[in-house]
Amino acid sequence: MNKVVKDVEQALEGIQDGMTLMVGGFGLCGIPENSIAHLVKMGVKNLTCISNNAGVDDFGLGLLLQAKQVKKMISSYVGENDEFERQMLSGELEVELIPQGSLAERCRAGGAGIPAFFTPAGFGTEVAEGKEVRVFNGKPHILESALTADYAIVKAWKGDTEGNLVFKATARNFNPMMAMAGKITIAEVEELVPAGSLDPNFIHTPGIFVQRIFQGKSFEKRIEQRTVRSKN
Amino acid sequence: MALDKTGIAKRIAQELRDGWYVNLGIGIPTLVANYIPEGIDVEFQSENGILGMGPFPFEGEEDPDLINAGKQTITVRNGASFFDSATSFAMIRGQHVQLTVLGAMEVSQNGDIANWKIPGKMVKGMGGAMDLVASAENIIVAMMHSNKAGESKILKACTLPLTGVGCVKKVVTELAVLEIKDGKFHLIERAPGVSVEEIIAKTEGDLVVPDVVPEMQL
Repeated sequence: MNKVVKDVEQALEGIQDGMTLMVGGFGLCGIPENSIAHLVKMGVKNLTCISNNAGVDDFGLGLLLQAKQVKKMISSYVGENDEFERQMLSGELEVELIPQGSLAERCRAGGAGIPAFFTPAGFGTEVAEGKEVRVFNGKPHILESALTADYAIVKAWKGDTEGNLVFKATARNFNPMMAMAGKITIAEVEELVPAGSLDPNFIHTPGIFVQRIFQGKSFEKRIEQRTVRSKN
Repeated sequence: MALDKTGIAKRIAQELRDGWYVNLGIGIPTLVANYIPEGIDVEFQSENGILGMGPFPFEGEEDPDLINAGKQTITVRNGASFFDSATSFAMIRGQHVQLTVLGAMEVSQNGDIANWKIPGKMVKGMGGAMDLVASAENIIVAMMHSNKAGESKILKACTLPLTGVGCVKKVVTELAVLEIKDGKFHLIERAPGVSVEEIIAKTEGDLVVPDVVPEMQL
């Protein structure tokens, strides 16, 4: 089944005001840069974005925040974004902060047909407020519900025309779970190859989870914390 | 003299045991990787999806696709592996990781920890900290004994929103190594040249002080 669309415009067709989007990536690593730039251009508003982080002020999801296109963010860590913190503290932006492992598992559950699950993370904290608590093996756990999205936008290293995806290094992060949890999943890839050129043994995300795939035009791949050691 | 951040990291590194998988948080905990005792083989897990983290890359060899949970560029050791975030937290919640080292704003004498939010002022988010502290069997907190205003961070009860309850077993600060048990802090070691009196004065929580408090051997 050929999932290829011509470009980012075709890939994002159908995204409208008020929709819920999942956006892959950890910090600026493994984010769908081309798609985010195009969402800014489309000007869709009142979005709910589910993404581990919120980018930085002038890159990643920070671009959508700057343009006031986001109504609500569901994330685990937003410390690198001053504009985000400003909008949140002033009440302009609705924010749901959830433990990173629960965020990952909620996406996975959403894609896997598991409506909810119990986890120890967040018990006794404000994350647990209003959630069912049950004790298993003598330890309290809280009930977390699955997450799904109207569109999931992920970024992969290589993808084939069938939508099979391979990620590189730690750019994998949330992308595979989000690909599972999108009603429509859009994959932006660095290298789009014909079916048959990727070894089926090494596919990370099977094409069944991907509805549209396109080759990204350019990738800046900005580094947030460039840390090096000297050769001497 | 009180330790610097490097000193705290060196002291925590003494807690590493051969064969452990270890998750290091951002800040002082990251430095622990630089002081692994000789003859000990440990592997570092970073929750963004890597096991077998190596040192920072040489200049010019940074890979934007290869970072740790602090978003710093890193390298891999032989035998490393990459995985997605759900698998990463399966390792953490499933207790396959033997030690977690993380920073804190406050720790209380029953082992509660607060490190993600100051209401009305600062909200960075908990990241993976809540999953880590809820599941790890062995948690060491690396932090300064007092905040910038000079107030103790070693408390009877936390005042900030909690990250986890009853989970911290050990705290290493620039002044002391403290163990938490039976609802109290126990003074285990003091930093070289730091007096027991100073530690008592800077600890708000209940502190059990033995007759002899050895100096840290760094």
